[in-house]
Parts: sequence; C-alpha cells; structure tokens
Amino acid sequence: MIRGYAGKFLEVDLSSASFKEVKFSDEILRDYVGGRGLAAKILWDRLGSRWETVDPLGPENLLLILTGPLTGFFPGGRICVSGKSPQSNGVIGSTVGGEFGVELKCAGYDGIVVAGEAEKPVYLFIKDRDVEVRDASHIWGMDAKQTVATLTKECRQLLKTRYSQKGEWKEPAILYIGPAGENKVRTAVVAAKWTHAAGYGGYGAVMGAKRLKAIAVKGTGSLPEVADIESVKRLMQEVCNNAYGSELWRRWGTGAGGYDVGAKTSSEPVRNWQEEWHDEKSFGVDQFENRVWVKQYWGDFGCPTTCLKLAVVRSGKFKGAITDNPDYELQAYVGTNLGIFTPEGNVYVASVIDDLGLCGIQTGNVLGFAAELFQRGILTKEDLGGIEPKWGDAEAFAALAKKIAYREGIGNILAEGTYRAALKIGELKGVDVMPYAVQVKGVGVGAHGIRSEKDYTEIYSYACSVQCGDHTSVACMPLDDFRSELMMAFHDSGVYCYFNVFGLPRTLVFDFYRAVTGIELTKEEWVNAKAMKIIQLQRAMLLLGGPDLKWRPEIHDDNPPRFYEPLPSGPFKGKTVEKARVDEEKRRYYELVGWDERGVPKSEILRQLGLGDVDKALERLR
Amino acid sequence: MTEKREAIWIARDLSRCSGCRKCEIACSLFHEGRIWPEASRIRVFMLVPGLEFPHFCAQCEDYPCVEACPTKALSVSRETGAVLVDAKTCIGCGNCIEACPGKVPHMHPTENRILICDLCGGDPRCVKVCQEGLWNVLRVVPRRTHSYRLYARRPEEIACDLAIKIYGEEGKRLL
Repeated sequence: MIRGYAGKFLEVDLSSASFKEVKFSDEILRDYVGGRGLAAKILWDRLGSRWETVDPLGPENLLLILTGPLTGFFPGGRICVSGKSPQSNGVIGSTVGGEFGVELKCAGYDGIVVAGEAEKPVYLFIKDRDVEVRDASHIWGMDAKQTVATLTKECRQLLKTRYSQKGEWKEPAILYIGPAGENKVRTAVVAAKWTHAAGYGGYGAVMGAKRLKAIAVKGTGSLPEVADIESVKRLMQEVCNNAYGSELWRRWGTGAGGYDVGAKTSSEPVRNWQEEWHDEKSFGVDQFENRVWVKQYWGDFGCPTTCLKLAVVRSGKFKGAITDNPDYELQAYVGTNLGIFTPEGNVYVASVIDDLGLCGIQTGNVLGFAAELFQRGILTKEDLGGIEPKWGDAEAFAALAKKIAYREGIGNILAEGTYRAALKIGELKGVDVMPYAVQVKGVGVGAHGIRSEKDYTEIYSYACSVQCGDHTSVACMPLDDFRSELMMAFHDSGVYCYFNVFGLPRTLVFDFYRAVTGIELTKEEWVNAKAMKIIQLQRAMLLLGGPDLKWRPEIHDDNPPRFYEPLPSGPFKGKTVEKARVDEEKRRYYELVGWDERGVPKSEILRQLGLGDVDKALERLR
Repeated sequence: MTEKREAIWIARDLSRCSGCRKCEIACSLFHEGRIWPEASRIRVFMLVPGLEFPHFCAQCEDYPCVEACPTKALSVSRETGAVLVDAKTCIGCGNCIEACPGKVPHMHPTENRILICDLCGGDPRCVKVCQEGLWNVLRVVPRRTHSYRLYARRPEEIACDLAIKIYGEEGKRLL
C-alpha cells in the first residue's frame, strides 16, 4: 500500500441508505493521486460511457468528497469536491479549506463517494468505522450558521452518549449546504465553517439534489503513516518558515486586492465588468482592517499563513453582519462588481451569500449580469419582483440573492447561473443578452480580467481551461508554468492549499509528495504524463457535456464578448484584446496539449497516455 | 533557559487563536511520533467557527484530578508543576475527568489511559509553534501563586464567552 493514504474509501448509496468500503488500486492512486485527478478517473470509469445523458442533478450523478495523500501533512488542510458539474456539464475539482479532510483521514477514509438520491432529507454521520444515514428534516431549510450550530451540538451529544468514557468530545468536521443547495441552485456551494466554500462547479446543487444536507465526521485515529516522517517534518517546517516570512498574505490575505487589483492592474470586475478599474480608497484594505476586522489571523489545519480574517459590522444599517473578511474574489464579486465600495456593504452581502450557501463568485457574477440588464432597461422592476438592483445598493443585491437561493420569481431564472439565465432571458425578452454574460462554458469567470494584460491570467486562460471560468485553473504556456492548470491539478489532487507554496522552489511539492508516499515524481513526469491524463479526461467530459447543453469548442472556447470591448477607464483605457491574437494563442495551446484544430483531444495523444477508451468515446464528437 | 528548571505555566490569550491547530500537530508529533489530533494533550475546539481555542490543563493549584485518582496514577511534577500520568497504573476510569472543573483530561483514542498535558518536561512544544507563528496565544511564564484554577473551564463556557467578546450580541445565537 502506498503511504500517506488511509487505504479505503467510503461509498454511500443514498437511494438504499447503504454503504460499503471501496479501494482503488495502487496503480490508480499512483496515476491520479487523489482529489481532482482521482475524481476525473472515477467519474470517467463509472459514468463516461453514458456521460451525455447523465443529469448532474439526477440520482445517477456521483458526489465525490476526496482527500489527497498530502492532506493534513502539507500545511493548509483542504478537501476536494467533485462530480458532474451542473455548471459546465464537465468535471471540476473544487477544493475547500477546513478540517474535514484531516478528520476524514483520521476516521480511516481517503474519500467519500456519494451515489443515488435520498427520499427524504438526510445527513451522514461518520465516527471512524461507524457510519449512519440520519434524518435531516429538522435542519433542512436552515442557513449556514444554524446548520453548523445545530449539527455541532447534535453530533457532540451523539458522541457523548455513544462513546461515554471519552471526556469532552471535540466537534466533528462538517460539510453542508445552505438553502441554495437544497433548492438545486446552480451557483450553490458545498461549505464548511460558515464561510469556506467549494464554489466552482456548483456541487451544492448536486448535494441538494441528493437531499444530503450535511456530512459530519469524527475520526479518532492518527493521520496515516508516511514514508519518511523526518523529511515530512523538515518540509513542513520549510513551508511554514517561508510563509512566516511573507508579510503580504499573512497580514491581509488576498483582501488587499479589493483596492489594488482595480487601482493598479486594472483587472477587477466593476459593475459587471463594464469597467475593470476603480480608485475607490473607501475600499482600501486599511478600511477593512480598521472598521470591520475582529480577528486578523484565521486559518485551517496546519496553516502558517492564516489568510482569513473575521469581520463583524458593529453599527449602521448592516449591524450584526458576520462573515470572514471578504477575500479578494468576494471583495470583487459582491463588492466592486455590484458597485459596492464600502467594507460594511461588502461584508453584509458576503454574509448573506454565505448564510444562504451561495457561491460569492458565481452569484456575484449573475447579480452583476441582472443589474446591468436593469441598467439597460431589459429587466424592469416588475420583472425583478419589485427589486431595483442599482449599482451600490447592497440591500437590493442581498434581496435578489435571497430570491435566487429560494428560486422565487426572477430568482428561479437567475438560479440557473449566468449562461443559462442569459439563454432564458434572451428568449423571454427577444433580445440577445449574451454580450452581458461574463462567463465561459457555464462558469462565471474569476475576478481576474485579461484586458489590461497586467494580471496573472493570459488572454486564452479562461477560454481553454478545462475548468472554464475558474481562476484557480487557468490555461497557460508553457504547460509547466506555475500558473498552468496542469500544475494546479497537482495541488488539487494532492489536496492542500497552494497559497502556502508561493515563494518556495516549484519542485518542493514533489519532494513533499515523495516524503509522504515514498513515490518518486518529477515535475516533468507530472506535467507530461500524469497531469496530461487528468486534463484530457476533464476535457473529454467537458466536450461530451449534456444533457441540457453541449459546448462546441469553435464557438465556446472563447472569452466573454465583454473582454473584446476596450477598457473604458483607468491607466489602460482603450486597451482591448484582439480576437485574432486569442485565436492564435489558442491554436498554440491546442497544439501543446494535443488537441486537434477543433479542440478535441487527438487519438494519438490519448493512445499514448493509455486512454484508448476516451479516444473511442470521442469518436462521438469527431 | 536556566540550568535549574523552575515551575512554569502556559499563559493563554484564547481570543487570538487562529485555529491553525499547529499546537495539536506539535504535541502529537512529540508525544506519539505522528500527527494525531485526538491524541494531542492540547486540543483546539471550534464550537463556533472563528472562535477556536486551545483546551488544555491549567494546573489548578489544588490539583483535584490528582486527588481523585484511585490508583495514584497521577502525580505533580516537582520540577515543572505539570500533572504526570503513569500510563501503567492508569486504569482509564475517568474520575479525573469528572474532578476537573474544565473537563480537560481525555482518554487516549486507542489505549486505556488518560491524556493530560505534561508541559513537555518544561519546554512545551505547543508554545514553541505558537510563538514561531507569531500568534502568541500561548506563552511560557514562571508559575507563581495566581488562581490558575480559573482557567480550567469547560469548552462550552469558553466558547460562550468568546462568542460575545468577538461577535457581540449576535454571538449567543451562534452556539
């Protein structure tokens, strides 16, 4: 057995409320590692042959909750959530910080495969080998804070009653959905610790469709044995020392970006990306720090950076709003993108989003889209159920977010995410609203624009990514560039926080992998063989798509129309991206990753990688 | 550090805890040779997100746990003031848990013996990592004659206090 793994996975079939332990061969674990890579492999093996017909929100989809061998060892614990995505109809490896991965491994499992669909709301309670599907009717409908409080109490009581001699039981780790997930909103998250969210992919909706409100796990074992404990300790220390010496993210997290990315690189969404520049000093990180932060360092298992901060609004009309201090993505998406430039307004909308179990990025994207349609008179106050989403009106946006979470009125359309909402609204109004939809293949793009070309994203990054608009998985050349999604796939498969990698030699993660697992792995082998396989699988499933939508690379491997408009303001005013250049870069990228001129993975590379079955399946597209 | 060890205490500033749980990692690596959160003598509770705090022995000046032990498995270190557990004598009865005002001791997950902080013989590893990370939640101070017993409190009590301190009036509904 390979070291670093607990050695077994838990498979739960909610349709029959039964479960069993499953194992994957060493060969599979060696090739696909864990998390994102393993998710792609499991989904392909189990659903690939009929991928186009699998409804992401139907009982045959699988919800995967996977750790990786590095989870718990590499500082900064995370867990990877995956399945067939109700946003892209492909596969997204969506990772979320927290204690769940560590707790799960200590319970003896490397991951959970959730199949089927429960008849009534349930939650899963795992205490080491004791697994129970429990009634969740009393927590169905609860928001994030109520859910966490209720389950924490209930599960600790269960532990106390059942395993009495232990003294005080520490709380289990919990993954849950809010009302948005319950209502199968495509921008719903699988969440932890109120504010931590696996957002990209929309897996909250998958969990909701399965009527699975939460998973609580308590593991009393140790983390698995590693191959070389002294090296693991040394590398842990190296990662920590590096992070301790790096002031930026320790002090501010990514929260300095809310001002900086707008003012300096001019690549921040402002009013649904109509601009990417602002110089609103009211949105400076000092304002957040001095006005709303109540705790400066908040982090997950083993993290030296603790980039999270806690924020509370103490007075004014948003008094009582509590959340982590919005990180850059949320400052942008439920701040500047909605024309909100105060810490209080931003914290308030972020807290509402978190409580409802919505994704700040995807929901901020669709809210901005709706607000622009309102600005243009395409959607009226009547269409919006009496709400007037004027730029900067935090209360109006929070009200609209609630409509989305509960699928009320216009919320029922916006709950489908920006792309599907644009199709529907276009049809209802007889106007093409796609020019205002800032998304790629069903996924709203992350808050790092490409027009100024001063941010880390390339002009083809979103267009070619197998995770579409996901800013944490961008296409990039050369393929072993640290930003490239082939490299990100390692972090997402080892399952740890890659923020703790910045500033370290790029090969350290592979040294870490060897110290934990005992397996030699070079960067070259990872990029050219293993990551390449994962990317091809993800690409294949993305292109097979269905059942409601199918992507055509010649049309959909492209930027949102807005990115071809010139920037109207700021230091890069007038700057735009030419379509011809994007097409040229796309062709180069296709070539590098082995896709034909239409963007379909070539037989040659698939065969070379041992993916003959994928090649055969892609005949359906060629 | 001076040659002759003096009794110490771990001063604690719970509201600053980041929840990173490095103290658990350091403690279990030192005592168990592996990362084992539930076998750590210091445990970080998170009854409310954002209100993490380390829960560990306060070395009450009257040591009620030692008093309550029916097999004399518990004793007080003359060097450090820590409660020492004799693993061979401990029968895992849990009397010390009941006697502790903070219900701090807890059973080893796989062995029939109690876990109590032993101050690592005077050089607590949890404090080291907390200091290294500049969180300063934990700090070693000389043991004097203060009312250390006040710090032995149940997790719910601590969480409740922190909720109000950090989140204000809203705090109560979060528990």
